[in-house]
Parts: sequence; structure tokens; C-alpha cells
Amino acid sequence: MPVLKGVGQCLIHAPNLLYHNGTTQTVERLKNPDSEYLKKLPEHLRKYDDAVAYAPNQAYIGNISLEELKTIPRPWYPNSINGASRFGKYGEIMPEDEFYGLLKIADAFDLVILEESFQEEVKEKLAKHKLINEQLLARLTNAKPLGEIEKLVASHTAEGLYLGEKLVGCVRQAHEIDENLSAHIMLENLVVKASGILAVLHLLANTGINPAEVDYIIECSEEACGDMNQRGGGNFAKAIGEIAGLVNANGSDVRGFCAGPAHALLQAASLVKSGTFKNVVVVGGGAVAKLGMNGKDHVNKGMPVLEDMLGAFAVLVSENDGLNPIIRLDVIGKHNIGSGASPQQVMKALVAEPLAKLGRKITEIDYYSVEMQNPELTEPAGAGNVPEANYKMIGALAVMAGEIGRADIPTFVQKHGLPGFAPTQGHIPSGVPALGFFRDALLEGKISSAMVIGKGSLFLARMTNLFDGLSLLIEKNPGKTEETTGLTKEAIREMVAEYLREMAKGLLS
Amino acid sequence: MDLQNQARIKELAEELGGENIVVLLGAAEPDTASLAAETVTLGDPTFAGPLAGVSLGLKVYHILEPEIRAEIDPAVYEEQAAMMEMVLDVDALAAEVSKMREEGSKY
Repeated sequence: MPVLKGVGQCLIHAPNLLYHNGTTQTVERLKNPDSEYLKKLPEHLRKYDDAVAYAPNQAYIGNISLEELKTIPRPWYPNSINGASRFGKYGEIMPEDEFYGLLKIADAFDLVILEESFQEEVKEKLAKHKLINEQLLARLTNAKPLGEIEKLVASHTAEGLYLGEKLVGCVRQAHEIDENLSAHIMLENLVVKASGILAVLHLLANTGINPAEVDYIIECSEEACGDMNQRGGGNFAKAIGEIAGLVNANGSDVRGFCAGPAHALLQAASLVKSGTFKNVVVVGGGAVAKLGMNGKDHVNKGMPVLEDMLGAFAVLVSENDGLNPIIRLDVIGKHNIGSGASPQQVMKALVAEPLAKLGRKITEIDYYSVEMQNPELTEPAGAGNVPEANYKMIGALAVMAGEIGRADIPTFVQKHGLPGFAPTQGHIPSGVPALGFFRDALLEGKISSAMVIGKGSLFLARMTNLFDGLSLLIEKNPGKTEETTGLTKEAIREMVAEYLREMAKGLLS
Repeated sequence: MDLQNQARIKELAEELGGENIVVLLGAAEPDTASLAAETVTLGDPTFAGPLAGVSLGLKVYHILEPEIRAEIDPAVYEEQAAMMEMVLDVDALAAEVSKMREEGSKY
């Protein structure tokens, strides 16, 4: 059985990317440049320290557990967490200026240009970062004077990188005509790459694995990198691995909207189970486009615009070590083409059917990780509490299966559900952000099984109206020896010794 | 309501006649259901889409309203919608949508 060896989970505070590059804002600027929303928006952007002290963000990087978050009353944003810090056991919350530096580090085609003094400042800061080594720092080159950057931005051949009113750099277009290589797309793709790198660096540190031992990388964000002849050609995975030092790894990109990470996890686990590879990294970078997606509603409600975080994650799937939680591959929940698109059919395919195959009850799974969007971001926009709705659906399935009574649904939700805590970055909240929490709880023996559910809205690409989803069971490792042959090492040793004794006897006689 | 959906509903109403159309909503939140119902009856209250200032006055229901449930084969309803009936606030959804229907439906 493949195991979940560790995670890297990072956030990047990105209020300026939100303001200049989030699609809600870029569309508004095109359609209604003098809008009240755009005027009010800067006053509603959070400071970095507030983003760090925000309880769901502390949960994302592992400083508080999801069980602890459950006990913290909402609203979370006006109540900072005491003792909050930038770094947690899964990763970190990086400030935007350092992230611009990381964008430059990630850049392989001299597309990112930072202003000279800003680059020096950021270099000093990144030099103090425990995971940014000399080799990475040396990539901070070719800074330019402000005037040159201003010219590029004014000529619409580059997207500006700002800190408040101040222009501190830009991302240039990579082609004059090809819109797939425009400055806008290059910025989005470089953000995926840079945030993915950050998550992988934390994953390497958290697991202690030698980077040279990673065999394969699967990237599962929601952007496409390519040019006009192959719009989604790829390959984010190798681009990320190159900078993160995974020299012996190959890789590829997997897509499936928000279900992408679940597909990637399934493939990683299958590659390990088959014996093809020993160590596979799954990584997903963040989405600039979704920053401030519900910003208008947040501003209208007088709240800070809370969708100011880029999310990134990485997990390491490895061959069985007899210790880390196993990813079961004997039964997978999967939404089939013929499954039907009603929520009931989807949840049946993802939860009820795989558990029935195993002879397990819905109530026997300790926790479910569903679409873990932070409700504080979605409720003001009328989208409700998404994870809670999912838990109610799973509870309703348990009612239909005769496991609980209808009146028990709220208790089921309380017992088997977790609070939504992830930024609304599409693939980032989709099942996977609870992997760090699940791994810890399984290792500590607090729980014995958890289900990760990824769901994707395929209609958005206008190719099909089908829905999508995959679910995987993660369980406590029963120990390595029982799984393969049923024989212990000692028993095998004894058998070999017996054979040798017999052979020696034969030789002597 | 999604701008493309507004455009499709407007086109269908023009092509088939408003009296021949029933809009069925599946929204999970009462507020969202109310907004969608208002859009296809009185017009887009956000003034963002093709139905801004256009009062189609269509008949509109939520899928979980009793009138619609009565029209559906019970076996199909059980298989497709019974779970959501346990999850959503059916009374609140029905109240919001029927209110807009009474206020704005011409048919």
C-alpha cells in the first residue's frame, strides 16, 4: 500500500495581485472603470499581520488543528489568534514582497523584472528564509531601474507588480501576438510555478526526503501553460521540480478543475502501488484569477476582502514504510460518466457506493474532507457554508442507508465534519487541504480512517455538462509485514536458516 | 443569475413564448433562489445581464416545491432529489420562490 509520507501547505498573502490581477477586478476595470467597488476596494484589503493572525490561515499551515478551529467561534476575521506565526508545521504564510522575489527565482526566461533597490531588499529578506538557499538566491539577477519598468507597463507589454501605490517590478509578455504567452497569462503561470515551488520546498523539509530520491511529480492546479499551438502543453510539474532540486524526477500535469488534486493523488498512489516509482510528489500552485472573486460582496457587507490568499500544497506519496497512513486503492469512489449529475447521484457515487463495497458504514469513517472552502468567504456572496452542506448530504445518505435517523443529521455533521478553512482557490480547498491534519490524527491514533473527496464542475470549460468527482480512503497503517505475505521478518529468517541447515546436512553426508 | 443563462432564457422566451415556459430552480440558498426567481419574473435586480429591465414574468418554481414534486414519478424523485430535501431548507426556498412568482409571474 502507498503511504502519505508528508505534506507542504503554504499561503501567500497577495492583496496587490488581488487588486490588479484577480478576474473580478480586471473584468470590473474593463466594464466599469469608474466603479464604486474599485474605489472602495483598497480600504478593504487586509494587512499581512491580520492575514497571519486569521484562524483559518493558521489552520492551513498547521499551527492550529481543524479540531481546534472547530471550537473557535465565528466570525473569525475580527478575532486574531494569539501567538499566530508565519511558519507552521506544514508550511508558511509568505508576504507579497518576498513572493515577488520568489517569482523572479521561478522565472526561467527573464520575464520577471524587479526594480533594483526592491530586488536588493527582497534578496536580504529571502536570504534569511530557512528554505531559500544560495543557489536559489543567485537567480535574483537582472534588476532594472524603475523608469524601464514603467515604460514596459505603460506600453502594455508587461503586468506591473505593485506594493500599494508603488511599482516594484513587472512580468513581461513572452510573445508579441500569442495570447497564451501574454503578460497576464505569464503572470498567472509564474504564480502557479512559484507557489508550487514554495510548497515543495516545505514538503522536502517536512519529510526530510533527499530531493534526488523523488521519482515523479504530478502538478494539479487549474491553469494551463503552453503557446498558441498547444495551449495546455505543460509541464508545470517539471518546471517546479527543476527549481526545487528534484533532479531525478520526471513529471506531468493532471487537470480536472477542483477535482484535479484527487485525480493526482489517485495516480500518484497507483504509480507507487504498481512499483513503478517509490516516491511521487503531488503539487498544486495558486490561482491569481480567483483572488477577490467575491470581493464585491465582501465590500458591500463592510468586511475585509478575505480572498487575498494564494494557496499551494504538496504531498509526498511513497512506498509502504509500515508507519505513515495508507492510501487505499482497493476501493475508490468515482463519479462515472453514467452516474448522473444530481447532487444525490454524485454523493452516492463518491461516498455510499465505495463504502458499501467495503462493507463499511458511512458512520464508521471518522472524518470526511469535502469542499473545504472557508464559509466566511462564501456566505456573504450567497453561496452558503459549502462544507457544511456537503456534510449534511453525507448525513442524509446515512439516513437513506438506515444508519441514522433524520433528526441525527446535525449530530453527524458535528461528529464527522470539519470546519471550512481553505481559501476559495478552486482546487486548493478540494479535499486535499485536510491531508496534513488527517496524517497527524492518524499517526497520533486519534482517528483510524478518513475520506478525501474531490469534486469538479466540468461545465465551466463548456465541453460537457457532466459533473466530476473522486474519493479516496486514508487509513491508519496496519504495519508493513502483515500486508504483503502474512509472514514476519523473523519467520522468514527462520525459514531461510532451516533451509541452510538442511542444505549443510546434505553436503556433510 | 449567470449572464449566459439569462441570455438563454431570454432567447427561449422570445422563441417559444413566455406562456410555454416554466423555469425550474435548483439553488441551495433561499437568497440565491429569490434572486434567480426575480430575474426571470421582474428582471435582473443586479442590472448586469440581458434581463436587466426586462420583465419576462415567467412561471418559476424550485425543484423541491410540493407542486413540482407532485409532477415527478416518486421513484425518480427518491433517487434524484430525496437526499437534498433532507439537506436544504425547503420551506424557506419555497417561500422565497413562491413570493416572487406571485409578485412577478404573468402566466
